Amino acid sequence: MSNYQLNYLDQLESEAIHIMREVAGQFERPALLFSGGKDSITLVHLALKAFRPGKFPFPLVHIDTGHNFQEALDYRDAMAERIGEKLIVRQVTDTIKSKNLTEPKGKFASRNALQTYTLLDTIEEFKFDACIGGARRDEEKARAKERIFSVRDEFGQWNPKLQRPELWNTYNGRIDKGENVRVFPISNWTELDIWNYIKKEKIELPSIYFSHEREVIEHEGQLVAMSEFVQLESTDKISRKKVRYRTVGDMTCTAAIESNASTLDDIITEIIATKTSERGETRIDDRVSEAAMEDRKKNGYF
Amino acid sequence: MDILRFITAGSVDDGKSTLIGRLLYDSKSILIDQLEAIEKQTKNREDGELDLALLTDGLRAEREQGITIDVAYKYFSTPKRKFIIADAPGHIQYTRNMVTGASNSDLAIILVDARHGVVEQTRRHSIIASLLNIPHVVVAVNKMDLVEYSHDVYNNILIDYAAVAKSLGLKDIRYIPISALNGDNIVDRSTNMDWYEGEGLLQILENVTLTDDINLTDARFPVQYVIRPQTEALHDYRGYAGKVISGIYKKGASVTIQPSGLTTTISAIEVGGVEVDEAFAPQSAVLHLADDVDVSRGDLITLTENQPSVSNELEVLLCWMDNKPLIEGNKYQLQINSRLVRAVVKEFKYKVNVNSLEKETAPDKVQLNDIIKATIKTASPIPFDSYQHLRVNGGAILIDETSHVTVGACMIQ
Repeated sequence: MSNYQLNYLDQLESEAIHIMREVAGQFERPALLFSGGKDSITLVHLALKAFRPGKFPFPLVHIDTGHNFQEALDYRDAMAERIGEKLIVRQVTDTIKSKNLTEPKGKFASRNALQTYTLLDTIEEFKFDACIGGARRDEEKARAKERIFSVRDEFGQWNPKLQRPELWNTYNGRIDKGENVRVFPISNWTELDIWNYIKKEKIELPSIYFSHEREVIEHEGQLVAMSEFVQLESTDKISRKKVRYRTVGDMTCTAAIESNASTLDDIITEIIATKTSERGETRIDDRVSEAAMEDRKKNGYF
Repeated sequence: MDILRFITAGSVDDGKSTLIGRLLYDSKSILIDQLEAIEKQTKNREDGELDLALLTDGLRAEREQGITIDVAYKYFSTPKRKFIIADAPGHIQYTRNMVTGASNSDLAIILVDARHGVVEQTRRHSIIASLLNIPHVVVAVNKMDLVEYSHDVYNNILIDYAAVAKSLGLKDIRYIPISALNGDNIVDRSTNMDWYEGEGLLQILENVTLTDDINLTDARFPVQYVIRPQTEALHDYRGYAGKVISGIYKKGASVTIQPSGLTTTISAIEVGGVEVDEAFAPQSAVLHLADDVDVSRGDLITLTENQPSVSNELEVLLCWMDNKPLIEGNKYQLQINSRLVRAVVKEFKYKVNVNSLEKETAPDKVQLNDIIKATIKTASPIPFDSYQHLRVNGGAILIDETSHVTVGACMIQ
């Protein structure tokens, strides 16, 4: 019987494809949230396996904060072009203007929280009933409690105390009009699983994931890329370092790490040896409070 | 390297969260910033000891009240295996959560407090493990440090538990004495219990054989989605996308579509976009059929030589999961894999006492966390297998048509 065994990456892949096809089978107007980061790139790769030679039963949707890395944006456009799927981009800058929102202040002002407004508007504009996202349960404690099909009310809010029980591999996506479901096909993957899968499948990534030289400012032990979005102070020292990104979010809230890792093997070796979690090392916005993510999710963040 | 999904059953008092924290900590899955976060919180505590239980409490209310609200999933891996822990609270009102966590588990760790031995809660957790047909059970006798690592205490608990296991028909049971707090027999063999000659807990988890748990005989393929590119080049392409939940499908095999009963053969199989000669559980695949038969989402493609039951009358064990009670005659949507049908819960036969497994008179209103034996009638026939025989095609959920909430879990008999 030894011929009929799947290794763990194949098992995770099969589970994720199954979840994506449940979305296709259960919803009228789904979408795949695509940011140009490694997790959503993995989602697109899984969608190709789930639906080719057919078209995706959903568009790719990117909520652009205006603070994104150019490398990630270029990758996004090239990818949509290459696979011939529809890409919808909505700008946080437009929401700020049209809704008179207040820009966050401070040195590394992050539009992460404002992103939620644009996302909810976009969901309303296209009447999306399901949004597939690349969140993983190993990322953060609040995410560890989230369902694979996570129902949000008409205000996009997550109610952690009233989640539907999720049994076997049976997913209940029934909702009322106005509600929507966030779906997380790679819930059970860890950061290392993602990297091992990217290596196994030879998935191409934006260049910022690999070691490169960049001007950075050191801030409380973290390295933040120099950009027009950072407000410099006279005490700031700008230096040129060899860095790579472990996650890719906004330029203002994602920190780089010093690294010479220029291949996937190098990166995997570094991640196995690391002593700091992905979010702890690279996300400036999660340091604010113990429950930062829980609060953002309750308000509609994916 | 494969995946083991397990559930830990026990209450905070049994040291469940400490055990999970210990497994994560000793397998080096906890990283410095996560450790710093719990150190910060531990500082506010009187004893000042690192509280590993804090690693598993995800929500603010849980940290404030020191309780676990819901099933949380935790991950760690060793070079041998990737582990997914379903951490479910064990208090009496949480049968629903344990059932949920158990439904996907290959193994259950049942925690017994060495000072108290086999108690009502131990029975309840074991009964749920047996009803949900979890293939492997590890009985971990915890807090051995508080009974002076006594071999006699441990032996007496084994004798008591063996009686429980026998009455429940649990199959693969292992026993281990541990102290989650001190790390005895978790990753490293304890020097405090030389009399124990078995493996440490982590070794047990690494070595349990899982390959026999996947049924490769009774082939079942629920259709999720039909792929039809309808382009010029692929004008006739029609692929049935789904997951092989059990069994093996080979090119050329005769298949029967249920519940229609139509028969045809497999003309091609794709896995991950690549044409292959066969697909097996648990692979996601695309099947192509030789004849243009009517197949859509919710249908089950089976091997003609091996058929499931097809009926609109089901006998089920039903775990009720909603705050609103279940009343005889209520109508729901029943979902089994990708198939959705209207159903009515017709007759309550008896209620299962989850502490003793005794049959009690069925109540008029079935409350949250009750488990009953009932009959269900569906609007149209559905293909299914007995849950005890084939878990992946014998479990169904009930959905409230008005609130859309999942209100019941059915194990088809």
